[in-house]
Amino acid sequence: MAAAIDLGIIGAGPAGLSAALTAAELGLEVHLFDDGPSPGGRIFKALEAAPADRRWYPGDDHARGADLLNRFRASDVRYHPETTVWSVSRERELGLAAGGRAWLLPARAVILAGGAMERPWPFPGWTLPGVMTAGAAQVLLKTDGMVADGPALFAGAGPLLYLIAAQYLAAGATIAALLDLAPAGNARAALGRLPGALRAPHYLRQGLALRRRLRRAGVPLIRRVTDLEARGGGQVETVSYRAAGRRTEVAARHLFVHMGLLPNSNLAASLDLPHDWDQGRLCWRPRLDGWGASELPWLAIAGDGYDIAGAVAAERRGELAGLWAAEGLGRIDVAERDRRAAPIHRRLNRELAVRPFLDRLFRPPLEDLAKLDDAITVCRCEMVSAGDLRGALALGCGEVNQLKALTRAGMGRCQGRQCAGTVAQLIAAETGRPVADVGGYRMRGPIKPIPLASLAALETGDD
Amino acid sequence: MTSGTYDAIVVGGGLHGCSVALHLAQRGLSVLVVEKDTVGRHASGVNAGGVRRLGRDPAEIPLSQAAMEMWWRIGDWLGDDCGFQVSGQLKVAETAGELAELEARARQVADLGYDHEELVGPDELFRLAPALARHCTGGLVSRRDGFADPFRTTRAFMRRAREAGAEFLEGTAVTAIERRGGAWTVRAGEYRLSAANLINCAGGWGAGLAAWLDEAVPAETAAPMLMVTAPLPPFVEPVIGAQGRALSFKQTGAGTVVIGGGYRARALPEENRTELDFRELKLSARTVAELFPIMRQADIVRCWAGLEAITPDGIPVIGPSAREDGLIHLFGFCGHGFQLGPITGRIVADLLTSGQTDLPIAPFAVDRFAG
Repeated sequence: MAAAIDLGIIGAGPAGLSAALTAAELGLEVHLFDDGPSPGGRIFKALEAAPADRRWYPGDDHARGADLLNRFRASDVRYHPETTVWSVSRERELGLAAGGRAWLLPARAVILAGGAMERPWPFPGWTLPGVMTAGAAQVLLKTDGMVADGPALFAGAGPLLYLIAAQYLAAGATIAALLDLAPAGNARAALGRLPGALRAPHYLRQGLALRRRLRRAGVPLIRRVTDLEARGGGQVETVSYRAAGRRTEVAARHLFVHMGLLPNSNLAASLDLPHDWDQGRLCWRPRLDGWGASELPWLAIAGDGYDIAGAVAAERRGELAGLWAAEGLGRIDVAERDRRAAPIHRRLNRELAVRPFLDRLFRPPLEDLAKLDDAITVCRCEMVSAGDLRGALALGCGEVNQLKALTRAGMGRCQGRQCAGTVAQLIAAETGRPVADVGGYRMRGPIKPIPLASLAALETGDD
Repeated sequence: MTSGTYDAIVVGGGLHGCSVALHLAQRGLSVLVVEKDTVGRHASGVNAGGVRRLGRDPAEIPLSQAAMEMWWRIGDWLGDDCGFQVSGQLKVAETAGELAELEARARQVADLGYDHEELVGPDELFRLAPALARHCTGGLVSRRDGFADPFRTTRAFMRRAREAGAEFLEGTAVTAIERRGGAWTVRAGEYRLSAANLINCAGGWGAGLAAWLDEAVPAETAAPMLMVTAPLPPFVEPVIGAQGRALSFKQTGAGTVVIGGGYRARALPEENRTELDFRELKLSARTVAELFPIMRQADIVRCWAGLEAITPDGIPVIGPSAREDGLIHLFGFCGHGFQLGPITGRIVADLLTSGQTDLPIAPFAVDRFAG
């Protein structure tokens, strides 16, 4: 085995950067690994290289991001861009790949800061070219300033939907309409949580400002939309939906869908860490303590991988995880850790105050996934339809991994990231069990594909 | 408390347990399979699916031949083709020395009276597997061997067994076993069960169960690893092994390539888990890169391992207990039990119904390691 580094952090978004800065300031040797070519994660993607006209996108808080990135660049953190972490083992070894090489690197402590992924959402026509997630559209916008040719339609449920639409608008694109798929009862149900949310009024103000901005630009905001469908031959031609009791079909060549975020949990799952179903957020969450520490004493999770709570909360969670690592590796004592953590906890709690309200307001109609037509593809990697899955269920296989073995759903390149949630809903509906009892795919490394040639030349550090 | 009385209780719902259940039920015996997880959850559901006679221990050849006859009509028998394909199995030599070893092996098998293993030179080798690296010197082929889908096969046996009247109790571990008055009493969860016969099909936990019944077998639990690539255009039909290295290599109908060979993960049977060992998978990847240059472009998308039992002599335990009446052991298949699945159930059914079987099982005796 090679000599162990102090702390390996995976993911260079707000959580990973903050964790790295905190731990490095306290004297740890910190290595930060990230798939992307530049630091910042999704929210501050390509921010350093962005031309001036892309620096005023609403909602991104460019100044905060620039400050974070400047401090990072000035720090001692060893940064490894375009480096894939394809495994973390219980022996505390990271499996890394970059530039055609693969190697194992032991670490004394590890922080996972892999962020979030958009909730996959199958509906009729979702695999047609022209349909993509709003997050993917945002990446194109932030990295290359690219917007769709011709009017685009935004559809979904979640605060990010409005934000990305507003950014799109700011970039000069035309938006045909924004279809809000949040179910009718959400607003009323969320009302009771408004007082708590008022502790973080800036989020509410920002949300209202985004809506105002879209309305002023003449974007129709259509609420309580159901039965979304993309239609067309080789490309989206029209989008059909139901609202206010009638079906409407509009011409559109681009449909950007966003149904909220899920913790990106494949690495945590591959370590067999326990996860719990969060009925408020309708997702699985790793079981962690207040520092983000897991049942493995050397592993913590920070940011949206801990809990979907936005970029500011992710920075705070990163700082807490950095303090956890510094204390765990003996750089500070418990009293010092707690002293430094107290103000961070206060700021974090203020950020978290708005989440119950937002979670309820934008709760997606998850039960719709169980009603998908048989013909609709659920697993895009292996082209497995809802009907294929129901057929396997009818054979008496009522467990996620059994359906995987029988139908190949979840066996493809994405390791089931895209279909796990839908498969669980289908099983829950067909077997009458709560989705919390259905569970998820057994995850194993490599959690991202690795070239066989790299594995054959794996540098183990043993010689 | 729920109770039930059966002719036989099978502990372990893997392929062998399901095969036993099917054969017993088809002969009119009442049988219950008790499975602590779900049927096909461990090695039976996640093995490489090799349906291979090629290269077997001489003691296994008669059983393997009899099983092969059943594989060739598996669809008619089970009502599900189990994804079985007659692709051939090919063991490759890379040096003149290895080819000489294969030649000796071919002679040994022929002397035993079998003709399924056939020595081939380079011309036929590269005709059978054009993508093989050119340094290969020849091979041994069993043309009518193949592979199947392991999970689907195990479930097909289970389904057919159920149709024939067998019962399955999943998600329920056996917590107590007693022999009293010529019958077995088995506690499993809230169930209190009894049976004249107990069949140990507990796979990776089989030696533990045997030890529990005072019949220790020096088997260890191991977890052979497999890895699979993203789909590639079709480039190889037979399943490939190698004389000088640990390898099992096949391209499936989906285009993916499944790579194994016995490199082991850390086995944690008490926790029902395995942990992959990438140092070992490196050796597996290196073998493949050297034997199939086309594979250097491939991406590995998943790896996994299944828990199973390995005996010191590399062949399973099949047959009656040496200590107790009404107890039969069927475990320790050492990473190559899948092909034998159809026949092991028949052997147990023979033993239970007539006290004997026409297949030579003496080499698999449970007490062969004693003394």
